[in-house]
Amino acid sequence: MDIGSAKMIGAGLAAIGVGLAALGVGNVFGSFLSSALRNPSAADSQQGRLFIGFAAAELLGLIAFVVAILILFVVKG
Amino acid sequence: MAAEAGAIDPMGQFRVNPILGADWSIAGHNIAFTNSAAFMVIVLVAMWVFMLGGMKRQLVPGRWQAAAEIMPDFVASMIESNIGPKGKRFTPYVFSLFMFILLANVIGLFPLAIIPGVHAFTVTSHITVTGILAIMSFSIVLIVGFLKHGFHFFSLFIPHGTPVVLIPLIFLIELVSFMVRPFSLGLRLFVAMTAGHILLDVFASFVIQGINSGTVIGPIVSLLSFVMIIGVSALEILVALIQAYVFALLTSLYLNDAINLH
Repeated sequence: MDIGSAKMIGAGLAAIGVGLAALGVGNVFGSFLSSALRNPSAADSQQGRLFIGFAAAELLGLIAFVVAILILFVVKG
Repeated sequence: MAAEAGAIDPMGQFRVNPILGADWSIAGHNIAFTNSAAFMVIVLVAMWVFMLGGMKRQLVPGRWQAAAEIMPDFVASMIESNIGPKGKRFTPYVFSLFMFILLANVIGLFPLAIIPGVHAFTVTSHITVTGILAIMSFSIVLIVGFLKHGFHFFSLFIPHGTPVVLIPLIFLIELVSFMVRPFSLGLRLFVAMTAGHILLDVFASFVIQGINSGTVIGPIVSLLSFVMIIGVSALEILVALIQAYVFALLTSLYLNDAINLH
């Protein structure tokens, strides 16, 4: 298999990791929403932690995206 | 990647070009004024105009003053709730960081491409810029931590109540996760901005190629892609705000680790 095709297949596989990040971020916000609807008065105090959790989950998905970009644009061939 | 007919080049929008000529240099180092520098100046001017316009100090604030007061109040309350009263001295730094990243992210989304030959450049879409911001935050954390606590700073890596047998392993794990912080901080902002703009560029290429294709279904694809651009732009504004907030929030949290140690 020549390097060009291998790059395309590798980038496509790395992009699957970004879909997994979508699951993770949805999990964070979904948990926040379902518990916020049970206890609305306590929801605003936890908003900071919500965004910290979102940032952590998003980062790992963005790392998968960076791997795809590295394979496509940085590998020689 | 060569641009054949029908190929899309989403990365060209991030190219840093010298405007006003490429031959300026001091002592062998090129100091040409680039589009990145031009947009940093635009961010600075926008920040100054917004904040200075709101500093009238009327007792009953007008609209501009009320809007400009939201920003420092927001940052001050974030620092108060994350660090406590010892964090007040870092408010100017975190405020500057937050406003710069916020305005840089949002100005990169302006539709300046309506003017032929001009396109909005997102300053924070380069790892050089976000990496330096992350290194600044991390350096401040390290300097504050070591000045305040000396070698006791390393007790940050050993939580209370760990069994003595596990201390070497836990110390290594905590040390690695601490050293990853500047990379993750800079990378998060950089990739969020870059990915958003690549997405917008790809949909915009669909619009252009659909209209130029000459088939029947081409304009339909263009119309759907245009609707997607509107939706993704709204999402990108939200991501710009959230990423600026997350950068400032994590900087406050890391400062809390350094100042209050546990």
